[in-house]
Amino acid sequence: MFTSLSDKLQGVLRRLRSKGRLTEGDVDQALREVRLALLEADVHFRVAKEFVARIREQAVGEEVLGSLTPAQQVIKIVHGELVRLLGSERASLRLTGHPSVLLMVGLQGSGKTTTTGKLAGLLRREGHRPLLVAADVYRPAAIDQLRIVGERLGIPVFAREGETPVAIAAAGVEEARQRGFDVVLIDTAGRLHVDEEMMAEARAIRERVKPDEVLLVLDAMTGQDAVNAAEQFHRALQLSGIILTKLDGDARGGAALSVRQVTGVPIKFVGVGEKLDQLEPFFPDRMASRILGMGDILTLIEKAQKEVDQEEARRLAQRMLRQQFTLEDFLAQIQQVRKMGPFEQLLGMIPGMNRVVMPEGAAAESEKQMKRVEAMIRSMTPEERRRPEIIDASRRRRIARGSGTTIQEVNRLLKEFEQVRQLMRQLGGAGRPGKGGSRAGGLRPPFLP
Amino acid sequence: MVWRGHAQSWLVRLKEGLGRTREALTQPLTELIRRGGRIDQEFYEEMEAALLAADVGLPTTERLIARLQEEVRRRPVTDRAGLAGLLRQLIEEQLDSPGAERLTPVLRQGPEAPTVYLFVGVNGAGKTSTIGKLAGALRREGASVLVAAADTFRAAAAEQLAVWAERSGADIVRHQEGSDPAAVAYDAIQAARARKIEYVLIDTAGRLQTRTNLMEELKKIGRVVQRELGRPADEVLLVLDATIGQNGISQARLFGQAVGVTGIVLTKLDGTAKGGVVLAIAGELGIPVKLVGTGEGEDDLQPFDPQDFARALLPDEVGESRGGVNG
Repeated sequence: MFTSLSDKLQGVLRRLRSKGRLTEGDVDQALREVRLALLEADVHFRVAKEFVARIREQAVGEEVLGSLTPAQQVIKIVHGELVRLLGSERASLRLTGHPSVLLMVGLQGSGKTTTTGKLAGLLRREGHRPLLVAADVYRPAAIDQLRIVGERLGIPVFAREGETPVAIAAAGVEEARQRGFDVVLIDTAGRLHVDEEMMAEARAIRERVKPDEVLLVLDAMTGQDAVNAAEQFHRALQLSGIILTKLDGDARGGAALSVRQVTGVPIKFVGVGEKLDQLEPFFPDRMASRILGMGDILTLIEKAQKEVDQEEARRLAQRMLRQQFTLEDFLAQIQQVRKMGPFEQLLGMIPGMNRVVMPEGAAAESEKQMKRVEAMIRSMTPEERRRPEIIDASRRRRIARGSGTTIQEVNRLLKEFEQVRQLMRQLGGAGRPGKGGSRAGGLRPPFLP
Repeated sequence: MVWRGHAQSWLVRLKEGLGRTREALTQPLTELIRRGGRIDQEFYEEMEAALLAADVGLPTTERLIARLQEEVRRRPVTDRAGLAGLLRQLIEEQLDSPGAERLTPVLRQGPEAPTVYLFVGVNGAGKTSTIGKLAGALRREGASVLVAAADTFRAAAAEQLAVWAERSGADIVRHQEGSDPAAVAYDAIQAARARKIEYVLIDTAGRLQTRTNLMEELKKIGRVVQRELGRPADEVLLVLDATIGQNGISQARLFGQAVGVTGIVLTKLDGTAKGGVVLAIAGELGIPVKLVGTGEGEDDLQPFDPQDFARALLPDEVGESRGGVNG
């Protein structure tokens, strides 16, 4: 997420930090690089210009340059400006209607249908009863797509053949009212902001169903034109929020930085993957921290709380300390970590975990290794998992064959597992695991490069 | 393949789109040119802004402006309109550079039937619609076409393609949702051989270029095509949404590494976005643009024309006011 922008900005700031005192020239040089980084990330060129000018204004003052930690001050200013650009405060959905109506609009291919489904799923997890309404009558099979998404989520979909989008939307809301759904999400056709006829249709839907929220679904990979499109949609439909999609991958997300600034419409959610639960609320301050490599521990903790089975974690920790830790427990642990999402994403939330520490591909590599470890353990008998010492040469051969790995890899797994066990024995033996501080560094998950 | 003739030029459509919004972004440049006068720093800056606004990207923009300044030192260009014309020429050259191959014939024909085109790209770029339109264009030329629904991931993708196939009278090969896309490609080629069909258009699932496992899946499709055909797909077309920003470069690079992209289809040019990133792609990777999509109609797919493109990047009025100030 924002990787490229964040790599560049971090590089600039690191160079700045390596200098004891800063001159105005140093700041100018850094700001030139900041502008380049912003433009490369598709931040609108006028927004980039303004952003840099604002930072310069604050940074070249006496207080900053004369302070003991000028670089820190500059970083703080950049962080502050980023937060301001991204919208300062978390904007949540206003769900006050009976039922509440959410109108989803956007350009073709921005991910409306998928996002509509994801949002419905998220609302249901929060205790709502959502109804999906398929009002895209133009794109071939769009209604089928929403139906399938609804089926996968177990959320009902309202659709009607041969009627106008306005009529379908209105009927959908009525249906929800009668059947006791409290949130209606209307998926509309993709439309170009310059297509007057289609924009008029969207306006007609808006007037008819009086939505609580009009949400623009915007592809994070959009370039300079994002601002244009968002402005036009806002002018025609008075948007209440923006949902950024496809923020996984190496999308630069500069559109996010610009659109909020230009339209004043807050970003409410971001889509971070293809799976139907990969939609997250948007927190401007957390995002700014993540962009600057300051990590996003809060999101990481929330993720852990959501995905990791607390009981299981406690049980594992106890077994570790009582030296009963087996390969079976180890497998369980791996599975818990993997449930939290791709490594790459998790690492981005840890402060200091940028590309310098963790080169590109390293996370994917670890993930691959984890899978191999999983395969090896799965190829062992329960007895072998509990008592790895019984695994002799012939068993090793069998395990390697069964898991599609090599004997060397099996050897390494067993050796490293033994080391971890010994380490735990020492920690457990000391009785005060907290004191093993420096040692605990060795407790990083084994088998990771 | 003969396409010229029907439908208005996409430039006309593009201008229509612009006319409707009267884009504020390129206005200052047009204004500056109209006003005429000296070439100064301000004018260069506005040119830079126009290129940046069109998603050309800073490195390519800076390179173009530097070359422009170099040219100006060498030959006597004094007025702003002349300068803009020169810049357009540089843009055309870049798109037609030796790295990027010539555009005619637009799409390569296979040495023997079937000719196979593989379509790749990120989610929502417009792959399925492009295939539908291309199938229609080929059918209208009297060719037989089979489309392969190798997007087995997105809900209802095959249905969408089936609708297009029915409209154009093309055959379709599809499997169940979630099945192996390479198997669909295999079956499609087999079926085309058996039925003596001339063109096979393979639709693939949208994928972000950084998802290694999905890119592996794509490579497998490429391998299967090569094995069955005895040669790689005759064209591997990366479908790019014109609104794409600098991420387009990464897409071209990574899709290129995976399956050897031979050309770009630039879609959704009927909006206000100009897809300037293809300029950077042509310059850095030598991948040419082959087709452009300008709308949702069945015949809104046309060969790419560098001249039109350059004219769209720098507003058309520039050329018309050359030689005098008539505003």
